[in-house]
Amino acid sequence: MLHSIWLVIAAPLAGVLLNGLLGRHLGRAFVGLVGVGSVGVSFVVGALALIELGALPAAERSIGVGMWDWITIGSLQVGMTLRADALSLWMVLVVSGVSLLIHLYSVGYMGHEDERMFARFFAYLNLFVASMLLLVLADNYLLLYAGWELVGVCSYLLIGFWFHKGDEEQAPVVLVDGSQVAVPPNLNPPDSGKKAFIVTRFGDFGFALGVFLIWSTFGTLNFTDVFAAAPQVPTATITAITLLLFMGAIGKSAQLPLSVWLPDAMAGPTPVSALIHAATMVTAGVYMVARNHVLYDLAPTSSLVVAIVGAVTALYAATIALVQVDLKRVLAYSTISQLGYMFLAVGVGAYAAGMFHLTTHAFFKALLFLAAGSVMHALHDVIDIRRMGGLRRKMPVTWLTFLVGALALAGFPLTAGFFSKDEILLKAFEFSPWLWAVGLLTALVTALYTFRALIVAFWGQPRDWPLYEKAHESPPIMTAPLAILAILALLGGLLGLPIVFGVPNWLSEWLAPIFAAHAPAEKHMLSVTTEWLLLGISAAVALVGIALAYWLYAQRGDITARLTVTLRPIFVLLINKYYLDDIYNAVFARGGQRLAALLAQGLDKAAIDGIVDGGARLFVRGGAWLTQFEDGHIPHYALGMFVGALVLVAYLVLR
Amino acid sequence: MQDVPTTWFLLLGAILFTIGAVGVLVRRNILVMLMCIELMMNAVNLTFVALGRELGSLTGQVVVFFTIVVAAVEVTVGLAILIELNRLYQTADVDEVAGLKG
Amino acid sequence: MIEMIQHPLFWLVAVIAVLSASGVVLSRNAIYSALSLLANFIMLAALYLMLNAQFIAIVQVVVYADAVVVLFVFVEMLLGAVGRIPVVERLTPHLIVALVVGFLIMVIVGSVVYEVPIGGARGSATQQAINQAGQVQVLGMTLFTDYLLAVELAGVLMLVGLVGALVLTHQWRRERGIRVQRANREGMPSASAGANRSSLTGNRS
Repeated sequence: MLHSIWLVIAAPLAGVLLNGLLGRHLGRAFVGLVGVGSVGVSFVVGALALIELGALPAAERSIGVGMWDWITIGSLQVGMTLRADALSLWMVLVVSGVSLLIHLYSVGYMGHEDERMFARFFAYLNLFVASMLLLVLADNYLLLYAGWELVGVCSYLLIGFWFHKGDEEQAPVVLVDGSQVAVPPNLNPPDSGKKAFIVTRFGDFGFALGVFLIWSTFGTLNFTDVFAAAPQVPTATITAITLLLFMGAIGKSAQLPLSVWLPDAMAGPTPVSALIHAATMVTAGVYMVARNHVLYDLAPTSSLVVAIVGAVTALYAATIALVQVDLKRVLAYSTISQLGYMFLAVGVGAYAAGMFHLTTHAFFKALLFLAAGSVMHALHDVIDIRRMGGLRRKMPVTWLTFLVGALALAGFPLTAGFFSKDEILLKAFEFSPWLWAVGLLTALVTALYTFRALIVAFWGQPRDWPLYEKAHESPPIMTAPLAILAILALLGGLLGLPIVFGVPNWLSEWLAPIFAAHAPAEKHMLSVTTEWLLLGISAAVALVGIALAYWLYAQRGDITARLTVTLRPIFVLLINKYYLDDIYNAVFARGGQRLAALLAQGLDKAAIDGIVDGGARLFVRGGAWLTQFEDGHIPHYALGMFVGALVLVAYLVLR
Repeated sequence: MQDVPTTWFLLLGAILFTIGAVGVLVRRNILVMLMCIELMMNAVNLTFVALGRELGSLTGQVVVFFTIVVAAVEVTVGLAILIELNRLYQTADVDEVAGLKG
Repeated sequence: MIEMIQHPLFWLVAVIAVLSASGVVLSRNAIYSALSLLANFIMLAALYLMLNAQFIAIVQVVVYADAVVVLFVFVEMLLGAVGRIPVVERLTPHLIVALVVGFLIMVIVGSVVYEVPIGGARGSATQQAINQAGQVQVLGMTLFTDYLLAVELAGVLMLVGLVGALVLTHQWRRERGIRVQRANREGMPSASAGANRSSLTGNRS
């Protein structure tokens, strides 16, 4: 299976072709079967390959599978080569596994769409998975870049899937003192798709420059060759390369300052949000940094930048999530925040911890999104949590699975999220207590906003009775993936238990051949006591956060309401997302429009059109001048002929 | 037998050609213009035959044969056009006829 | 003796040819032009005889002097007084340029003919060879072997010319066109279409 690893990509691609070209004639059942089955094939092949790789000695666990030469121009040789090693296969497993469950769920969720839309949806979804798998399995930067861009295209297609929908106005928040706070409207799907595509393009621009710099520095684009040659290259160059590559990661993984597209990506169907957030898109940046850990290890400055951007983003997004009224947007900001954690991890050199959190996050974030989708499904696309409430009685499975997801996200002890987040905080503390403090604060806020959303939506009394009466539990094809993901979110932590538990950290060991090979020697080990202490602190913080949320939102809603009035400026700032969108609109969107208008009026109309029109005018006037010789008198024409003949003869004679 | 020098024939051809050309240019009667074109053609024919004899080649005469055929056809069609033109304009004066004006 | 006579004869014929050609251009009456043209054609036939091209000389007389000139005269007769247009009324710029161009053509061609020796590949049809077989026979052999396709095409060309002249001058076509024009001007497309159809059917019957 290891050498047939291309099947992992080929299977979803075959699904794309089948569903994309013939889907509308095949019926929903068959389309669903193809969509789910092809990703299932990927998952099975990936799992078998992983087992096969595990049987090899640790030093040989990296297999290049060349398929064909892709580009050969001079000394530039880019092969269509896949690299199967511990890191990429683990990613394959996570991506295809979570995608499989999301595909299964989509069969139920998208069941109301007509057949053409249904087939189109699954074709896009499969293409998305195939692109991400290509990105993960790529053996060189160009192939990685191809997957990178394909993922961007697919996100555009899927976020804008309901292209006929318009902007969605949000009811303003009414405070207890009677005043209102306007909530920015949700962007319409086509514009959201474009926003996702264009904002990530800023990052991709840097990524492309990084790839060019790699080519001009190393003369090759193969990972293996670049990593081997990296130590001989000046640190400044490596720093430039890694920072440029990180620009791409910032765009794709929605870190500051390019984080604005991800919340608007909620305009897509919920399974797409789940796919983007859990499996196929935003994790690409983390994976890319982990894949290039050799370079980042050689550039401490870049690593520091990565860590700081991650930490700041984590706190920034978590605070915004506190006040969002849209359930999916709460989750969107939590994704940005959790991605910040992952970048914090890879920034401080804890690549295995980053990958661990990526994995557990994939589980519980997919779970949360799918559960939110289940709620939307039940409430006919209502997503405003202020109209929910008491849903736990109507939708027990969704409620329980959402609870599990929330616990994992909040870092409740012994859930998957607890262990992975704790490992990151541990490594951050080793690196710098400041980063650890930011991470810890974020953890507190995370627990708070997660349980705020949970309590507002599922606890208490229904706020909108007609809506509540209509609510119903989702069909089994949607709840089954929820249950599976809930189990994974609960038990996923077993993959990487803390060392202090005295059991091996399986994931770290599995990834060790990748990350240990070039990693600098361990800086300094924390004492066992400190580790236990830190573990206790983060457990306590999570519990405090959950308790605080329960107290604030379930029991003493009056305090919260009064607090909102007191802290009104902060509330307005948060609900407007720190005005980042507005700043971008003012500076880039409007500035761009003005520049375009200037170019259109000044350059295009005056200069370029002037040249073209002037040319046309020249011929019109010249033609008008010449027509005076065309007076219709045959003798004049004959004379012209003779003069011409005379000139020709004279030329021939006098030559 | 002493032949007339070929050059004389060629010079005569040049003179006839020029007379024909000037006639085409100065006459306003379309009928006479057509006649002048025939003059020019004959001048060229004479040149062909003279050179054919000088070079010992029959091709000169063959070309003249075809020229005469073409000239006959040309006169036929040309005169037909002339008659049509006369019906339309009631004149054979080219100065009156400016239908080609763009 | 013959050599002696031949050159004066050439001069005589040449002078008459030039004079008759000038007559074509200068005659005010188109009939005189046509008659001058006839004289010019006959002079050229004589020149062809001097050049030992008997067949071409005969064709010249039969086709040009006979058919073409008769055609000209017929047309002149058809046009009648309409054909009478003065030669030169006044000196226009066009006229001056035309004369200059004509003069230059003569100077250039004449100087070339006079100064440049005649070159080129010599053919096999020498005087002796032609005299042996007979001029017309040799020419006929050439025409119907080497130039057979061209001869056939010339025949087709004449047919096309014949049909073309017929179509151009045929009376009914012109009248129908005028009728259709008039009908269109009066805004009766159906009537014109009807007239069109009836004329067509009438032609067929």
